[in-house]
Amino acid sequence: MFHRESGYYKTSYASDSALYPLPIARFAVAGFAILFFVVAPLLVSSYYLTILNLVGIAIVGALGLNILVGLTGQISIGHAAFMSVGAYTAANLATRFDLPFWITLPAGGLMAAAIGIIVGFPSVRIKGLYLAISTLAAQFIIDWFIVHTPAISGGFQASIQVPRPSVFGIILDTQRELYLFILVTVVIAIIIALNIARSRVGRAFIAIRDQDIAAEILGIDVRRYKLMAFAISSFYAGVTGVLYTYYSGVANNEFFPLVVSIDYLAMVIIGGMGSVLGAIFGATFVTLLPIAIDLFMTSVGPYLIEDTGALSGIKSHMRLILFGGLIMFFLVVEPEGLNRLWLNIRSYFRVWPFSY
Amino acid sequence: MDMFAVWYFVETTVNGALIGLMYALIALGFVLIYKSTDAINFAQGQFVMISGVMVAALAADYGVPIVLGVIIALVFMILFNVMLERIVLRPMIGRPVVAIIMATIGLAAFLEGLFPMIFGATTRALDLGIPNDPIIVGQVYLTPINLVGGAVALTFFGAFSIFFMKSRKGVALRAVADNHQVSMAMGINVERYFVLAWSMAGVVAVLGGLLWGSAIGVDNTLAVVGLKVFPVVILGGLESIVGCIVGGIIVGVIEAWGGTYIDPAMTQPWFRDFFPFEGGGTKDFLPYLLMIVVLFFKPYGLFGKVIIERV
Repeated sequence: MFHRESGYYKTSYASDSALYPLPIARFAVAGFAILFFVVAPLLVSSYYLTILNLVGIAIVGALGLNILVGLTGQISIGHAAFMSVGAYTAANLATRFDLPFWITLPAGGLMAAAIGIIVGFPSVRIKGLYLAISTLAAQFIIDWFIVHTPAISGGFQASIQVPRPSVFGIILDTQRELYLFILVTVVIAIIIALNIARSRVGRAFIAIRDQDIAAEILGIDVRRYKLMAFAISSFYAGVTGVLYTYYSGVANNEFFPLVVSIDYLAMVIIGGMGSVLGAIFGATFVTLLPIAIDLFMTSVGPYLIEDTGALSGIKSHMRLILFGGLIMFFLVVEPEGLNRLWLNIRSYFRVWPFSY
Repeated sequence: MDMFAVWYFVETTVNGALIGLMYALIALGFVLIYKSTDAINFAQGQFVMISGVMVAALAADYGVPIVLGVIIALVFMILFNVMLERIVLRPMIGRPVVAIIMATIGLAAFLEGLFPMIFGATTRALDLGIPNDPIIVGQVYLTPINLVGGAVALTFFGAFSIFFMKSRKGVALRAVADNHQVSMAMGINVERYFVLAWSMAGVVAVLGGLLWGSAIGVDNTLAVVGLKVFPVVILGGLESIVGCIVGGIIVGVIEAWGGTYIDPAMTQPWFRDFFPFEGGGTKDFLPYLLMIVVLFFKPYGLFGKVIIERV
């Protein structure tokens, strides 16, 4: 019941693509569900819930970017712009029309998806570096457009106050309530991402990633699926933006600069391209990294460096150095990222302790 | 039309074109690496930044004369780039484009953290002894640093063109750029030419750092110049050195026009009736907009090599 299989015994496609390959997977999922839905909100303190919330938001964005970069093999350096689109769409709907979150959340996603299709349109003709730079261009253009259009950005400093979301009349304004709200969204996002990966659409994406001309010859409508990948991915990004807006209580383009796009790409790569679990690992890792550095520097730093001003400077520099260094390290040494490390550990214990 | 407007137009355009040539110089570093090693270097702006920071910090904090500082920076950049190629980029040959882009983005973050940590994050002036007073030709006011920058850029482009066309190493480098395997078969030591390409990119970065550093001051924001490289290389075409110059001039001129004509026009009532935009800053995204438009009609840029893909 709690065992893993000792080898590969899959004999049908259905068993190969099953969501729960073994009974133990079902138990693991149930265990995690209890841990995150019941234990965490009861026991974890408010400060750590803040961190969990940030991780949850990052997971949604990383899952979306993973569909585009990991599954379809396209690239977007403008993902933060889609988040910005989602954030402002939701903020405008929530403040002007007083709409509840269950309308603004998908609406932000849909708007981002629509913009994503436009931005992804060059991918029909170009790929690789040219595509990367055209999405980079989209980041600048969308950002400029939002900030300089008062009708969207709300004028001064481009920030809009957003009311807290409410469920059945309960206003979600503590970290604990926001945590559950974000957690539910994350779970839905994970389930959709898992199902996309194993469905017909996901297989078409993978075929395009591996060789798009061959995929076209196999009868896959490459244009349609490329644009679909952009749409799904930017839908996720839009939802991320809305979540972040509800989480921080304000929509502001300062939250979504180019650096954020790069952070999300780093999540997908450090986690391991093309796997849902990898995106979750990557999002957790990249979100926790600056917090861990901060914690380390405030606890150990004063013994090393006396000057507090210099210390806070070093903190922000250390973050960049470690972040950049880790990206390079993973790409050179372990291109399949944290997910591969996890699989290695798992397959080591598959027949442990009788490994011969 | 009165003469003043014409002179003003000429002045804007010429200064824009000169700045564009300085962009082209940075873009040259990018193109050199892409042409010969197929690596996409998103950290070219950071290379420019670190060489500028190094020279300025050595001069200001340690009293090293500029000339000596430049030599130190040159040696450092060449060694650094050679090491970088060996450790990071060579293991990644043949990997997907996104991986290589990401590695150099990681490198960019790494350098942006490391160098301010070593040399301090303050903004420094980099004085090359170029006067600040504008040079007046007819009624056109030209900024001396832009003139020097344009001249240096043109000289270097000339030198590189001769190098690529005439010298033995240049021809070998072109062969490497064309096809790695065939050049290996012809007895060219491909890896040595990778090193050569990266060192040349390092030299170009130091030049860019000096020129841009003395034009806008030296600190972390100098790396932002690197973002202008992309419209330049895409407009010109990734493999083309001529495209680099043309792309650079186009981007420079478009920026200048955006700043002097489009931004003020956007505050006019007749414009705001159509598009309710606020403020200016069009020069930051106009080059990108133009680039996207060009990509729709010429997917490989104006002078780029059209790749026919085979399965």
